[in-house]
Amino acid sequence: MYEQINYINTSTLLFLISITGIFLNQRNILVMLMSLEMMFLAVSFNLIFSSILLDDIVGQIFSLLILTVAAAESSIGLAILVVYYRIRSIIIVELMTLMSG
Amino acid sequence: MYITIILLPLLGSLISGFGGRWLGRYGASIFSTTCVISSFFLSLLTFYEVGFCSTICHISLLSWIDTEMLSVSWGFLFDSVTVVMLIVITSISSLVHLYSIGYMETDPHCPRFMAYLEIFTFFMLILVTADNVLQMFLGWEGVGLASYLLINFWFTRLAANQSAIKALVVNRVGDFGLSLAIFAIFYTFSSVEYLTIFSIVPFFQNYYFSFLQFQINSIALIGLLLFVGAVGKSAQLGLHTWLPDAMEGPTPVSALIHAATMVTAGVFLMIRFSPLIEYSVFVLRILIIFGALTAIFAAMVGVFQNDLKRVIAYSTCSQLGYMIFACGLSCYNVSMFHLMNHAFFKALLFLSAGSVIHAVSDEQDMRRMGSLRKILPVTYSVMLIGSLALSGFPFLTGFYSKDFILEMSQVLSNSNLNNDLSNLACWMGSLSVFFTAFYSFRLLYLTFINNCNMSRININSAHESNLLILIPLFFLAFGSLFVGYLCRDFFIGSGTDFWKFSIFNLPSYSNQIEAEHLEIRIKWLPFFLSISGIILASFLNIRAYKWYKNVKTYSFLAFLLNKKWYWDSVYNKFLIRPILNFGYSVSFKNLDRGFIEIIGPYGLTKIIPLWANILKQIQTGQITHYLFFTILGLCFFLNYTVISLPFALYLVLIFLI
Repeated sequence: MYEQINYINTSTLLFLISITGIFLNQRNILVMLMSLEMMFLAVSFNLIFSSILLDDIVGQIFSLLILTVAAAESSIGLAILVVYYRIRSIIIVELMTLMSG
Repeated sequence: MYITIILLPLLGSLISGFGGRWLGRYGASIFSTTCVISSFFLSLLTFYEVGFCSTICHISLLSWIDTEMLSVSWGFLFDSVTVVMLIVITSISSLVHLYSIGYMETDPHCPRFMAYLEIFTFFMLILVTADNVLQMFLGWEGVGLASYLLINFWFTRLAANQSAIKALVVNRVGDFGLSLAIFAIFYTFSSVEYLTIFSIVPFFQNYYFSFLQFQINSIALIGLLLFVGAVGKSAQLGLHTWLPDAMEGPTPVSALIHAATMVTAGVFLMIRFSPLIEYSVFVLRILIIFGALTAIFAAMVGVFQNDLKRVIAYSTCSQLGYMIFACGLSCYNVSMFHLMNHAFFKALLFLSAGSVIHAVSDEQDMRRMGSLRKILPVTYSVMLIGSLALSGFPFLTGFYSKDFILEMSQVLSNSNLNNDLSNLACWMGSLSVFFTAFYSFRLLYLTFINNCNMSRININSAHESNLLILIPLFFLAFGSLFVGYLCRDFFIGSGTDFWKFSIFNLPSYSNQIEAEHLEIRIKWLPFFLSISGIILASFLNIRAYKWYKNVKTYSFLAFLLNKKWYWDSVYNKFLIRPILNFGYSVSFKNLDRGFIEIIGPYGLTKIIPLWANILKQIQTGQITHYLFFTILGLCFFLNYTVISLPFALYLVLIFLI
C-alpha cells in the first residue's frame, strides 16, 4: 500500500514551494515562469496520484490536459518575456511597476 | 355684552392697525379710544351684575381643541375676580388711550401705537376671562408679545430693541414654567378647565409624581411651576431684571403694561389658582419669601435710582412683592384689592411722570430737573396725590390695602399660627414702607421742589401739558383718592361675600378677623414708618445736609443700590455670557460646524476620496504585491468557508513565516 499522506504532503509541498518561488522572487521573470511550471507539475502529480488511489482514469486525462495547457502557457509566457526583453532590455520583476494604481 | 367687552378692543386694534393709514392719526386714535371706553362701560355693567348681583356668568363659546383625551373650548368665565380685573384693565387702558392721543401727538406712527395698545388690552382681557388654563396661556403669551411690540415701539433706538428683547426673553423663562405647570395640571387632573381642576384639587393632596426615585407632591409642584410663571410676569426677585429696562418704551406704555395690567397678571394667576395653592404649604411659603424679598429689594434699589421712570418701575416691583406675599399669607382678596388700588395710583404716577417728561423735552434724569412745581402745578398736585397714595398715607387708596397686608403679616407672626416666615414678611414689608415713602418723596423733591438744574433752553420751553393729557390724570387722581375708601368694604370687609367662590381660602388660614384686634401701636407702625420716610426725604432735600457724603459705608451702599445690587452684571457674567459662549463655541462651532458636519455631509465627502486614495495605493504595480493579495484573499476565503480544515491554518502559518 502507498503511504497516502506522503504523496499528499509531497504534492502540497511542491505547490507551496512554487508559490513561494513566485512570491519571494523579486528579480527574475524566468524564475517566476519556472515556479509556475512547477505549480502545474504539483497539481498534475496530485491528480495522477488521486486517479491511482481512487482507481479512476479521469485524473490522468486531466493531468494530460494540464500538461498541454502548461506547455501552451509557458510558450506564450516566454514569447511575452522575449518581447518585453526586446523593449526594456531587462527582465527584473521589481522594475515592472509602470501600471501602478 | 360679555363677549363684546373682549371683542371691542380686538376690533379697534384690527381696524386702527390695518386701516390706520386711511383713518389718519386722529381717526385711528378716536376710534380705538371709543372702543376701549365702551368696553369699559360694559365692564362696569358686568361689575354690577356679577359683583353685586351675584350672577356669575360662564360662557362656553365653541370648541377649540377636541381630541379624545383633551378637549378645550373657548370659554369665558366672569366671576368676581375677573370683573375686578376687567374694571382695572379697561379703565386704565381707556385712560391711557386718551392720554396717548395727546402724548403721541407728534409721533408719525400713532395708529400703530393705538393698535398695539388695543391688542394688548384684548390679550389681557382674554387672560383674565379665560375659563381654562390653555386659553389663559394664550392671553399670557399675547400680553408678552404685545409688551414686546410696545416697548420696541420706537424701534430705531438700540436701547428700546434691547430692552424689548430682554422683556420677551425673561418673560419666556417664566412662561416656560407656566407651560410646564399646564402640562403637570393636565397630567394630574386630565383636564385644563378651571372648574374641573378646582373642584377635584382636595382629592389630589396625597398624589405624587415620582421622578428619579423622588416623590414630589403634585399640588406643590404645580403651584411652584405656576409661581415660576408669576415670577416672570410679575417681576419677582430673580426675573425682575426686565421690568426697569422696559421703561424704554413710551411712557403711556409703562403706565399700561408695567404698572396697571401686565405685571399684575402674575398676581392674578396666583389669585385665580388660590384653590390649588391653598392646599400646599410649601408654595405659600415660597410666595412669602419671594414676595417679601422682592418688596424690600426693589424698595431699596428704588431709593438710589436717578431715572424718573425707573424709580417708579422699582416701586411697581416692590408693590408686586406685597401682592405676592399677601397671596402667600392666604389673603388673596387683600392682594386683589391692593392690585386694583395699585393700578390706579401707579398709572397716575407713570402718567404724570410722562407729563413731566413731556414738559421738559424728554429729559428723564431727575438730577437735571427741579422747581417744576411752578411750571407744572397740576402735574405736581396729582403726582403728590399718587405718591401719598403709594406711601400709604391714611385714607388714600394705598392705605387701605397696604396697611391691611401689613396687619395680616403682623397677625400671622403670632407664634401660635406656626407660620415662622411671616415674621420675614412683616419686617420686610414694614421696612419697605419706609423706603417707599422715602423714594416717592425724593422723586417729588428732586423733580418739583428743589432748585432748578435744567438748561435754560429746556426750562424756557417747559409748559403744562394740554387737557387731553391732564384729563386722564384727574380721573386717576380721583381713583387714587377714593377707590380704596369706596371699595374697602366690598373687597376686604369682614364677612363680605363679594368674592363668592372665585377665591378659595382654607378656614384654618383665614385670619382676617384677628387683624381687627391688633394692638394699636402695631396698627400705627406702617403709618409712622412712612411718615418718617417722608420726613427723612424732606430733611435731606430741604436743608441739603451733606453729612453723608464722606461716609464710606453710605457711598458703598448707594453705589451698590444704584447699580441694582449687580443683578444684571451677575446675570450677564454667570448666565448670559456662558450661555452665549455655549451657543457659539459648543453648539455652533463644535457641534453644528464641527461634529455633525464631520459625521454628516461635509466629513463624508471628505473621507471618501481620502480612503479611495489609500486604497488606490495598494495597487503598487509590483506583481508580487498583487500575488500577495490574491493568495491572501484565497486564504481568507478558505479560512472562512472551510474553517474546520486545519490545512488553512497551515497555509496561513506558512505565509506568516
